[in-house]
Order: sequence, then structure tokens, then C-alpha cells
Amino acid sequence: MVDTKSSSPTSSDPRDYRNTVGKIEVPNTKMSMRDVDVFYGDKQAVFGVDLDIAKNEVIAMIGPSGCGKSTFLRCMNRMNDTIEGCVVSGSLKLDDQDIYDPKLDVVPLRARVGMVFQKPNPFPKSIYDNVAYGPQIHGLASSRVELDEIVENSLRKAGLWNEAKDRLDQPGTGLSGGQQQRLCIARTIAVSPEVILMDEPCSALDPIATARIEELIDELSANFTIAIVTHSMQQAARVSHRTAYFHLGYLVEIGATDDIFTNPRHRLTEDYITGRFG
Amino acid sequence: MSRSTIDIVNRNLAKRYAKEKRFRLFGLLSILAGLTALCFLLVTIVSNGWGAFTQSYIQLTLDLDPETLSITDPLDNDQWSYANYTAVIKKSLRERFPDIKSRKDKKRLYRIISPGAGYQVNQLMHDRSLLGQTVTIWLPADDDVDSVIKGHIDRNRPENERRVSDKTLALIDELVNSDQLQRKFNNVFFSAGDSSEPEQAGIKGAMLGSFFTLIVALLLSFPIGIAAAIYLEEFAPKNKWTDFIEVNINNLAAVPSIVFGLLGLAVFLNWFGLPRSVPLVGGIVLTLMTLPTIIISSRVALKSVPPSIREAALGLGASKMQTIFDHVLPLALPGMLTGGIIGMAQALGETAPLLMIGMVAFIVDIPGSFTDPATVLPVQIFLWSDSPERAFVERTSGAIMVLLMFLILMNSIAVLLRKRFERRW
Amino acid sequence: MPFHTLFTIFVVVIAFCFFAGQRRALKLKSDGSSLHSLPFYHGTWLIIVGVLPALIILLVWSLVESSIIRSVILSELPANLMLVSPAEKSLLFSEIANLSNGQILSPNAEQLAPLSNRYTLLESLSGQLKLGLALIISVIGFGLGWLRLKPDFRARNRFESTVRIILMSCASLAVLTTVGIVFSVLFEAMRFFDTVSIFDFIFGTHWSPQIAIREGQVGSSGSFGAVPLFVGTMLISAVAMIVAVPIGLMSAIYLSEYASPKFRAFAKPLLEVLAGVPTVVYGFFAAITVAPMLRDFGEALGLSVSSESALAAGLVMGVMIIPFVSSLSDDVINAVPQSLRDGSFGLGATQSETIRRVIIPAALPGIVGAILLAVSRAIGETMIVVMAAGLSANLTINPLETVTTVTVQIVTLLVGDQEFDSPKTLAAFALGLMLFVTTLCLNVVALYVVRRYREQYD
Repeated sequence: MVDTKSSSPTSSDPRDYRNTVGKIEVPNTKMSMRDVDVFYGDKQAVFGVDLDIAKNEVIAMIGPSGCGKSTFLRCMNRMNDTIEGCVVSGSLKLDDQDIYDPKLDVVPLRARVGMVFQKPNPFPKSIYDNVAYGPQIHGLASSRVELDEIVENSLRKAGLWNEAKDRLDQPGTGLSGGQQQRLCIARTIAVSPEVILMDEPCSALDPIATARIEELIDELSANFTIAIVTHSMQQAARVSHRTAYFHLGYLVEIGATDDIFTNPRHRLTEDYITGRFG
Repeated sequence: MSRSTIDIVNRNLAKRYAKEKRFRLFGLLSILAGLTALCFLLVTIVSNGWGAFTQSYIQLTLDLDPETLSITDPLDNDQWSYANYTAVIKKSLRERFPDIKSRKDKKRLYRIISPGAGYQVNQLMHDRSLLGQTVTIWLPADDDVDSVIKGHIDRNRPENERRVSDKTLALIDELVNSDQLQRKFNNVFFSAGDSSEPEQAGIKGAMLGSFFTLIVALLLSFPIGIAAAIYLEEFAPKNKWTDFIEVNINNLAAVPSIVFGLLGLAVFLNWFGLPRSVPLVGGIVLTLMTLPTIIISSRVALKSVPPSIREAALGLGASKMQTIFDHVLPLALPGMLTGGIIGMAQALGETAPLLMIGMVAFIVDIPGSFTDPATVLPVQIFLWSDSPERAFVERTSGAIMVLLMFLILMNSIAVLLRKRFERRW
Repeated sequence: MPFHTLFTIFVVVIAFCFFAGQRRALKLKSDGSSLHSLPFYHGTWLIIVGVLPALIILLVWSLVESSIIRSVILSELPANLMLVSPAEKSLLFSEIANLSNGQILSPNAEQLAPLSNRYTLLESLSGQLKLGLALIISVIGFGLGWLRLKPDFRARNRFESTVRIILMSCASLAVLTTVGIVFSVLFEAMRFFDTVSIFDFIFGTHWSPQIAIREGQVGSSGSFGAVPLFVGTMLISAVAMIVAVPIGLMSAIYLSEYASPKFRAFAKPLLEVLAGVPTVVYGFFAAITVAPMLRDFGEALGLSVSSESALAAGLVMGVMIIPFVSSLSDDVINAVPQSLRDGSFGLGATQSETIRRVIIPAALPGIVGAILLAVSRAIGETMIVVMAAGLSANLTINPLETVTTVTVQIVTLLVGDQEFDSPKTLAAFALGLMLFVTTLCLNVVALYVVRRYREQYD
């Protein structure tokens, strides 16, 4: 890793992007990833990525399509386990615990690291049951009253309570696209995770719904650590504290969001941000 | 997630994983239950039916003496038809066992040979020159003797609980010891028609009946099915009538087979006056039954031909019909053939509708055409299954084995066809 | 006329029409005119006009002539025999037909002799008229068709239209079949309900189908209350479902969610084999192996199990139905989108939790449809119950006892030497009607449920 404070690009050769530009380590680390490679069968999708995520920060991962950011995100809660032939190597830690340790149980991990998907995927159940699903399977509520509380709190935090409180027993699939995504967020929050991963959560939504969710992300960061993959640079600029730029499976540059967007250090970052490709 | 939440989650983990294991096990056990049932079925049938392919024969020396046969004028054909072939057999038995004197014992002796053996001597003597000669011949043993040889009758049980007396057992043992009682390949099974005596009964009549019936079904259902599929897939306008046709086809595919039998009975036998129990009518009924299946599978085959082929032909100026018959149909044909073979395999195993059109009679003659009374293999199995004799149980199982082998053969051909002609567009 | 001769004539006529047409077209072409269609199509045109109408007439006439002759003969019965029951009339007709074939067995031989002569006469007359008419139509058609053969004649279009009509008729055969089934079954069932009231039939609890042997003996000695049959059918189907649904569903779940591709490639086809075994084989197996086994097993436990118990038949039927449930369920389970699974796993659910709480509820309509189709199959099954279940109409829900079903009774009533018109035979059609209507309703509901479910995800 190169750590430099000069203001001009250290390597003007866009072909050299194997070394990450920018400071990886952060104080108050929540998750720490080192030398992460991901293979789908023989094809490698992620190449030696190092990244740290601080507690309660919002970090955005941007880059052109197919650059490996979603793949990398899915490593963080081991969702890649569900894909046949996907192999992950490297060190990924949550609070200093290796999450790929064979002795580690993936079920509680996913309760601690939640995920919101690109296309809203509420279960074909009622709104209440959607939110209550997580607490129920993990046994987090010992009575109906407790469960009601958890559901209400989650819906409030997701900004959906007022719209949903009178129709809790109606199907979640009957909501609008933006509401469905907020329902999915509520569902994720209901198990009290520590980290929330968001994989392009607004790409299937209209601008107004998108704006609401971006507001939400800001509110949520008070209590949760959030990593968000987005193909919209403007969105990254709006919601995140730090931004990581990925290119063809490599982490090219990482830094404070303001710095990246006003003063990118790598040529590729600059090209992407100014719209020369992507 | 607070410390306590993590603890709660971890505490419940063990129970959840136990449930997971049980659930998974339940799934696996279900599959195994299904496969075990299949195994059990096949093993039972094969172990019962294996013996049907062999039959006990007794070697006798027959003195074809005209006097015993009651033939006075060798040129009179009627005398040959009514000659006393059984007497020759009985005489030979007496000569073989000279010590048997009493009437009762003699009766017992005669019963070790199949009652139908006389017919076989009759067949033998179609060669008239044998008159007056002495020949050695293997005649089928009675089915009780056969059962003893095959071990179906428990010799250790007291005599009054057995079908076969001790004296008969003694006869059997003596013949076995002198190598005059042996198990041989049972070609009667494949060359004879039905009979009330198990050792004379064969499946040839039923097999030919099935053959004729299937030919009729194939000749009718294949062209009509393909024609219907072509119409529905390529020409039919999207209107109510077409929808109605499709709904009908889907429904007919799920109608119980016996209802088709009722249709056959009411319309073909009663109204059109077609003859009962003939392969022609059976084939027509089976056609109506398999038509939905063939139409559906042919449509799938047609759908799988990519539109680019059609467009290319049309672009060259071919009419729609020319496109279909010259280009699309040949490509879809293997798939249609596969569907047709599978449909025929289903039809081969059908019993209920054929019962309705009269194929329950006891038909001894082997059918020679589409309008001779006949039965089919599954119906033959059904009819034999009613007979309590052990030998019939054996033959029924043997017939089932033959039926299953044909089905395996047909399905394998269909699968091979599919694999061979499978194209990756 | 023997079939072979007829067939040869047929082939010759077709060939003649074709080559005549083709030659004419070729001649027109060589005279200098340009043809709209290829000579081939001119040939086929002559076949269409020369052969097709004649063929249709032959077919229709052949099918209808026996009924017509029959009614004519029966209407000419001598006065004293005119008023007998329809059953006896049928018997008389058979005697007349047999007489004309030379079999002199009937007691009424003398009386019926003139009628049997008439029969022979009518038959040969009909045959000759049939052929004559066909020939005339053929010639007329040929002539008219010939006149049309000009260079600008659009033969190919005519050919293609005809082919199109033929194709459509083939497709409409499906409708014709359904109509045939409904019509024939309904017609005969209606005749049955003339004798036995429909109310007694559907709600009566005593089934003992004795026929009236003598004229005047009303069917009161036989009762046709079909409730024991309905209950018996339901009982055996219920046993079959209890076996097939859990095994089938769990097999489908395991194969689609847990099994490795190799295991699936091996186990799925094997389970399908269960569906390919002919039902007569299952019936034999049930009667020879399963039923005695259950009986002995029951005795050992101190229970009295009939040797034709509903349990034996139901068990074997259940095994046969497993692939129906498993195959259809497999399809619907696979159709549940992966995004739902991802959502559940993302929350930290185990696989069984995901299946039980998310996937199965999502697939439920499809699974219900599959089960309904399986029930329909069970209700309509014949051979297994004929061979393994009983004949006595026992009204019970104890699976250890023997019961009879609708399909068994249909077979029993029709497989025998009774005449076609007796109430016994007609009762079979009434039962057939019930069966057809029930399975039709089940199928329609099932297909509707499955289709609505598919729309949810497409």
C-alpha cells in the first residue's frame, strides 16, 4: 500500500492499479479485510483487496459494472457460500474474529452482518411477518408483546411505521417499490445487526424513493456500520463518509469521500469520476 | 447486536441445527422409502417370475402303435384328429412303472403328465410316417410336479396338508434320479396362447394382440397428433375456439383411463357396431387416450425449433406451409418421435379401457389380423392373476417381467433418440 | 369386400388422380402457358376432389349403417315380440344377426327366419349402395376438378387450404372426444336415472346391483345407492395420499434443495420409474404380496385385517402416486425465485428454516395444485383396486376392512355377459358420469391454481 500525501497522482500510468492508493487502516475498526481474493471456478473476480471499515461509518464502494464490488460485499457476510464454485481466500475479520474460520457458525454471523439486496425481496407474507421473521427464527423475543415491540421499532427506524402501522397484516408484496425496500431494511434491522451491507439498494427505485432511503442511511449510521455498493457517484457523494473505488477486481483508491470526489489521486479514479468511462 | 442478543442467538443454535438435521434426514428417508418400494416390487416380481421361464419335462418312450391310437385307416384324416393320443402316453407310463397296479395308483401316475400333453403328441404325429414307430419325447409335467421341482411345495409338511401325495413324490424322485425329469427352457410360454392348464399357457397370443393393438394406435395417433400439434402451434389464430381446444386437450390428458373405455363401449361397440375385443377397436380407444400426450409433446418439439429457421425459409419465398413441412417439421421430428414412443409405452401398459371393450374373454387362438379376437399382455396378466395355482402366479410374474422388459426397451430407445438428436441451438 | 382389395383400389385411385393431374399440368406447360403452381399441386388437387369426398362418405356410411339397419329390423318385429323390454330386444337382434350368419341356436328360429333374411339383404344392399355412391361422387369430383385445371389455377393454394382444414380437424378431434365422452356417458346415465332416481343413487347407502330378469320385475330387488362406493373411493384415496404427499413432497424438497447434482441425476429418474410401472403390475403386487403381508402382520398384532383391505390397495396406490406429487412439487419449488432464498439466508436462517418458512409457503398454491391432480389420479385409478380391493359395498372408514370403489364397480358391472341395455350396465355409466365430473372439477381447479401461482412470479 502506498501512503502518500502529495497532491499529484503518484502513478500517472492508468495501467498500474494493482496497488491501492490511499490509507487503508482506520481507528475503531469494525471489519478488517486483508488480501481478499474471490474466484468463481477458474475466473478470478477480486484481486488481493485490503480494506478496513470503521465502526458507525458509511463507506461507499463505487466502480464500473462488473468490477467486483458486489462480489466483495457478499464476502462480508459469507453470502458467497451459497454460490456453487465460489472460493474466497484472505483474511476477513469482524471485531478481530476471522469470519471464515471453519469453526465459526455462519448463522449468527449473518445475524450480526445484515444485507439489503438490489431488488427488494420481501417475503410473500404480511408486513408484520416479514419484519418478525428474523427475530422469530433466532428466538429473540420471548413473548408476543416483545415481538410487537421489535417490529414497531424496526419499522420506525426504517421510516415505514406511519405508512404501515394500519396494514401490518397485509402482504408485504403489496407495497410500492420504495416501501418494499424500506420493509427489507426494517427486516434487516429487526435482528439488531452490527453491520448492514447494502448492494445497490436504490437502483430499482424511483428518485423520490431513492431520496428517502438515502435519508434513512444517514439516520441509521448513528447505530449501525454501513457498507453500500452503488453505481451512482452522486449517491456515494451524498451518503458516505469514505469511498472505495474498484476497477476490474482491484481496489484502486480509498479515501474520505470529499477528497476522492474533489481530488482523486489515481488517474483511473479521476477518469471514472469525470465520466470518461463507466 | 448487543452481547445479550448474540448470546440468545448462540443459545438457540443447537436446537435449530438439530431441527435442520432431522429435516434433512426426513427428506433423504423419503427418497429412500420410494426407492425401496420400487426395489421391493421388482424383487418380488422377479423372484416369483424367474421360474416361469423353465418348465419341468418328463422323458417318455412312446410306442405309436395304431391299435392303441385307435387308427384303423391311416388315410382317414378324421381318425387322426380323434385318435387316442393320451392312451399312448398312459401306456408308456405303465411300462415305465410296471409295479404300479392299483387303479388309484395308476390314476395318480397318469396325473404327473400335463393333461395337454396329448395335444403335443398330436402335433408330433403330423408326420404320418411315425405311425408304428417308437419315439422318445419330452412331455411337459403337470404343474403340481413342476411346483415340487421348483421347490414351491414344502415336502416337510404332513401329507394331508400338501397338494402332492407321498406316492407322487416317490414317482418324481425316481424320475429325477434316472434323469427323465428335467427342467428345460419353457418355450411353451412364448409359443402358446392362453390355456386353463398353467403348463400349456403362454403369452404369444397376448403379445401378438398387444402388437396389433399398438400398431393401430401408432398409425392413428402419430399422424393425427402431429397434425393437431402443427395446427395449434403454427396456424391456430388466438381465439376462443383455439383456447377451447387447448383446454380440452389438457383435460383429456388427466381423464381416468376407464372413462375412455366407457366411451369405446358406448360409441364404438354399441353405436358403430364394431366387433368386441379386437385390436382395431382397442387401438382406436388407446389412440384417443394417448392423443393428448402426443399433441403436448409434439408442440414442445415444435416450439423448440428456433424462429430463425422459419424466418430464413419465409425470406426465401416459401409459403408458410412449405416452411413448416420442409424445414420445421424435420427438425422437430426426433422430439416428436420420442414423445410418440413414450406415449406408446404408456399405451402398452393400459388395461382398464381394454377391459371395457371386451378383452376379458378367454381367448385361446392366436390372433392373425386386426379383426381377430385378441387380448393384450396387461389384460392377460390381469386374467391370470385370478388363478390361485402357484404355477399361474409364477407365469403371471413371468409375463410381467416380459411386459416390463418391453417398456424398458421402448423407454431406452426414446431416451437414446433424445440424446442423439439433442441440439444446442 | 375384403380389406386388402379395398385398400389396393384406394391406392390405385389415388395414384391415377395424381398422375392424371400432373400430366395435364405438364402438358399445359409444354403448350406454352406458365403455371401458377407446380404440377405436383395439380396432381394433389385431383386427389382432393376425386378421393376425399368419397372417402368421407364411405367412412360415415360405414359407421352409421349398423345402427340404422338395427333400428329397421327391430321396427319390423312380429307383433307379439314388439312389446318386450329393450334388453330383450337386443337379445333378439343378436339372434337375428347370428341366424343370418348360419348359427341356428335360437328358440325363435322359425319366427325370426324371414327377419334374418331381411337383415342379410339390408346388409348387402347397404354395402353395394355405399360403394356405388362413393364411386359416383369420386367420378363427379374428378370430372369437376379436371375442368378446373387451367394454367392460372391456384392449385397450391387449394392444396394448402385443404391441408389446413385437415390439420384443424385433427386438432378438433380433442373436442370431439370430449363431446363423445360427455354425450355417451351422459346419455346412458340419463337412461339409468329413468329407472333409478338420481336422489337414491347419490344418497342411497345400499349398493346391491341385481338386475330385473323378467319383464315386469321392477328394479326394487336391486338397490343402487352409491354412497358406499364414494366412501370406499375416498378411503382408499385418503390412504394413498397419506403415503404419497409426505414422501413425495419431502423427496422433492431434498432433491431440489439438498441433493448434490450427482445424487439428483441418479435419484430423480429412479423415482420417475415408479410412474412408468403399469398399474396392473401394482395391482398384482398388492394382491399377491402386500395384502397377505398386512394380514399376517395384523394378526401378529392381534388386529383383524381383511385380505382385501383398503390399506393394502391404498398403500400401493400411494407408492404409484409418489412421482406425481414429487415431480410437480419439484417444478414449483424450483420456480420460487432465488431472491427469496437470498433474503432468508441473509438474515441468518438455516436451510430448513428457509424451506419451511419461506419457500414452501411461497410455493404452496403450486403444491396444492399438484396434490389435487394426484387426488384426481387416485380417484380414477382402476386396476390396483380391482385386483386388491373387494367387491362388497361395505360402508366404513376403517382401512383394515374391505371396501369397494367406483372404478371397481364400473368394471364389475360391465365385464360380463349381460346385455348392453340392462340397468346394471347403465348403472356403470352413471358411475362413470360421477367419476368424470369429479375428476374434471379437480383438474380444472388444480390447473387454475397452478396457473395463478405461475403468474405471481412471471
